Amino acid sequence: MMNIFKKIIFSVLFSFLIIGNVNADKIKIGTEGAYPPWNSKDASGKLIGFEVELANWLCIYMKRDCTIVEQDWDGMIPALQMRKFDAIMAGMSITDERKKVITFSQGYADEKASLAVMKGSSLEGLDTPKVLDLNKKGGSTSKTLKTLADALSGKTVCVQTGTIHQSFLDSGDVGKVNLRTYKTQDEVNLDLASGRCDVALAAISSFTDYAEKSGKAVIVVGPEFRGSHFGNGVGVGIRQASQMGEGSDQGKKDAKLLADFNKAIDIARKNGKISELAIKWFGFDASM
Amino acid sequence: MDLELMMNSFPKLLNAAVITLKLLSVSLIIGLFIGLFFAILRLNKNIFINRFAYGYSYVFRGTPLLVQIFIIYFGLGQIEYLRSTVLWIILKEPYWCAIIAFALNTGAYTSEILRSAFQTIKPGIIEAGKSLGISNKLIFYKIQIPIAIRQSLPAYGNEIILMMKGTSLASTVTIMDLTGVAKYIISTTFKPIEVFIVAGGIYLFMTFIIHNVIKFLEKKYSFN
Repeated sequence: MMNIFKKIIFSVLFSFLIIGNVNADKIKIGTEGAYPPWNSKDASGKLIGFEVELANWLCIYMKRDCTIVEQDWDGMIPALQMRKFDAIMAGMSITDERKKVITFSQGYADEKASLAVMKGSSLEGLDTPKVLDLNKKGGSTSKTLKTLADALSGKTVCVQTGTIHQSFLDSGDVGKVNLRTYKTQDEVNLDLASGRCDVALAAISSFTDYAEKSGKAVIVVGPEFRGSHFGNGVGVGIRQASQMGEGSDQGKKDAKLLADFNKAIDIARKNGKISELAIKWFGFDASM
Repeated sequence: MDLELMMNSFPKLLNAAVITLKLLSVSLIIGLFIGLFFAILRLNKNIFINRFAYGYSYVFRGTPLLVQIFIIYFGLGQIEYLRSTVLWIILKEPYWCAIIAFALNTGAYTSEILRSAFQTIKPGIIEAGKSLGISNKLIFYKIQIPIAIRQSLPAYGNEIILMMKGTSLASTVTIMDLTGVAKYIISTTFKPIEVFIVAGGIYLFMTFIIHNVIKFLEKKYSFN
């Protein structure tokens, strides 16, 4: 009797071991699921979007099993560090600030940021150059920043917490603004439409997506921001190999994952997959 | 564990705790009046008035505070007509939306606490007042209300502490209270454990103070 009992226990434990080994090569990718058209959810709660499809393709190129999991934006980087998943694909721009705590693959898409207001706002005819590159120091950059500072002073400016848009407005480049931060971009859009926010700053694609779906008269104004706080394209966020020690098993795994992603992105760029998905979801080629 | 971050964020969080206390005290004061008003309605013999008061406390005690805040903040903001009325001046501000939600919520609980306190007053006390020729009105204001408030002190103390913790939900509608500022610091440092430990410590300290004040009041106005 006791023998059978032991046998059952051991076989169960052994099967766990096998499952554990099978899973070792599996990777989990974290996304927000609330930043359309980058990543969002359909009516049934299924994750959809540019990055969800791209992630699946990258996994095919890497020949690895992937599951995509959902994580609130404000806990994205801590969750990666705590190993709730192995990679971030959530419209996360590659910035120096984030590079201090995690590492990034090469960029796969370009996020263009801009201000948006509701039709009829006093900022509607804001007169600035088409592009503002913060890395270019000079007369025209500081003149545009001055124009923006004057336009935004006394206005309630809304952004999502922990974004490049927040860190730009926090930096004081456009003076002190009345900044309001939200948990999700959806909430920013809602309050922009209701009039609680005078102006919002986010990816142009998320404003146009909202305007299209809601039928609200959201208008993109001012320059398209580039450089400095706005980072260098959107990439896959991965743990730094040094977090667990370069020589440790986990450190080696993370380093390999980074190399695999870089290779997979190369393939996807060359065979046109990124462009194809970008045109499908953004309406234009945002690949890079 | 990043001790330096904990030290640096402490003063910022302490400043934010002032906002939390402000939210708490304003909503408690408004909520107390709402609670007293509805508790008195609950004692009314008229079935419609009674049911109305019961319905109010049933709805606000039966739904999550977060949902109530969202309905008041994002929900009411969607109604175009409302945005053209004077009400929008108040509803436009996240601060007042939070206060309205908190006051209505704590008002519902307070009305229940006070109602049960009124009902536990022994009829003998009221009869004693009547036999001395004191008017009904005076009995209500000078005897029933003070006794009811004393009776409800322990339960109300709990409600204050629950409400204090509830104010953390204000951060979901962009208010920079203790939780809001904690989240803000985390969004730039990516270190939730350190910052939340400090924030949690401040909440715990506030609970400690509230708890002891209530205990002191209970002792001071004890019947023995």
